[in-house]
Amino acid sequence: MAKATSKAGASARPGAVFPLRDRKWHPKPRDAGYRSSILRSPKKKLVIIPQTASELTGPVFGHDLIGNKDTDLITNFARSGKSAIGERIIVHGRVLDEQGRGVPDCLVEIWQANAGGRYRHVNESYIAPLDPDFGGCGRTLTAKDGSYRFTTIRPGPYPWPNGPNDWRPAHIHFSLFGQAFTQRLITQMYFEGDPLIPRCPIVRTIKDPKAIGQLVAKLDMDGAKPMDSLAYRFDIILRGARSTLFENRLEGN
Amino acid sequence: MARKKESPSQTAGPYVHIGLTPGAVGIRGIYAQDLGKETGADAITLTGTVFDGAGEPVRDCLIEFTQADEKGRTKLAKVGRKTGKFTGFARVPVDLKTGKFRLKTAKPGAIKDIDGTLHAPHITAWIVARGINIGLHTRIYFADEAEANAADPVLSRVPKSRRATLIADKTGKSRYCIDIRLQGEDETVFFDV
Repeated sequence: MAKATSKAGASARPGAVFPLRDRKWHPKPRDAGYRSSILRSPKKKLVIIPQTASELTGPVFGHDLIGNKDTDLITNFARSGKSAIGERIIVHGRVLDEQGRGVPDCLVEIWQANAGGRYRHVNESYIAPLDPDFGGCGRTLTAKDGSYRFTTIRPGPYPWPNGPNDWRPAHIHFSLFGQAFTQRLITQMYFEGDPLIPRCPIVRTIKDPKAIGQLVAKLDMDGAKPMDSLAYRFDIILRGARSTLFENRLEGN
Repeated sequence: MARKKESPSQTAGPYVHIGLTPGAVGIRGIYAQDLGKETGADAITLTGTVFDGAGEPVRDCLIEFTQADEKGRTKLAKVGRKTGKFTGFARVPVDLKTGKFRLKTAKPGAIKDIDGTLHAPHITAWIVARGINIGLHTRIYFADEAEANAADPVLSRVPKSRRATLIADKTGKSRYCIDIRLQGEDETVFFDV
């Protein structure tokens, strides 16, 4: 990876601030088992470029637009006095960098199917019913230690047109927006013990079982709320360091 | 302590809009406003289509754009609805029927990098969709900036034969157009950064 150093005097060396991605740990871009990836993945090699001001500066998405109620998917779309149908759960954890330090002020956005496995989307056609009290999205900013917390209902698994009988395991989509565009990540959280995980062609685009394990949330009875909700713990690792970027000494950052 | 591994990416799926731009797919009443609705400027209009390897529009994708302002400044304030200021960040779902995207924004100025190197005016784009297992990172330069483009340190790393895939055509006053091809003969250059 270090081969792709920049020309003398050019921008921050690749990997100088954020280490290059380990593309073998990430899913294969084109995977015969996941049909949609076949025509939607580049065939040419990615071009390695220096990390410049364009990628290293922080995102500006409107931090003041995040509301306190945006973390409760059980009620954020529900009619007055109602709540979403399904198994009530708490999903919580920390967003960490590769050194294990919490990433504060990270925008975490989630979306998911309802308890029957159906999404609220104009293109969705699965026969399971829509829940009139469930929208399916939430968002929050991480706290100083990188922690976040959502309350929601456990999404249902659902079949999808890929192989003759492919089902998605229950999952929640996660979008992470850390402190630079280079940290941008979209992934999915799965639930410990789900027998559909190892059968899923999308999960299987990731080749290392340890990498798959990183996307499986653990049942967390200590975080559960008695007579209310089970809890699942899901930590997410983003690239790089979180220290302030010093313009005159990138190397020491 | 051993370095931790970045959480592996997974496809954003066909319903990425629910999570990132719910208002754009008619999910209203949850958020007052989608994030990254626009950059806050409308000096130029950039349009285009994202195509797959069969030449079909990718109708369910979403593009995030980030850029400098017209003076090349990248350190923009963390502003939102209240200030109405230019943010340099936009989320644009393509039209679900035609696959076309449209971004109204400022024409970015040349960007002085952290070490003083000058980069030609450009917009960074990040594309996610069903079938894209890890978001695709690219840049959009402008055809009417030939001189700056010729000196750009990132374009110079791209084989000459492929540079045109990163340059938006000027199609009218303040109008630019670029198609993004995920695969094929004119495959867009995507970056590992």
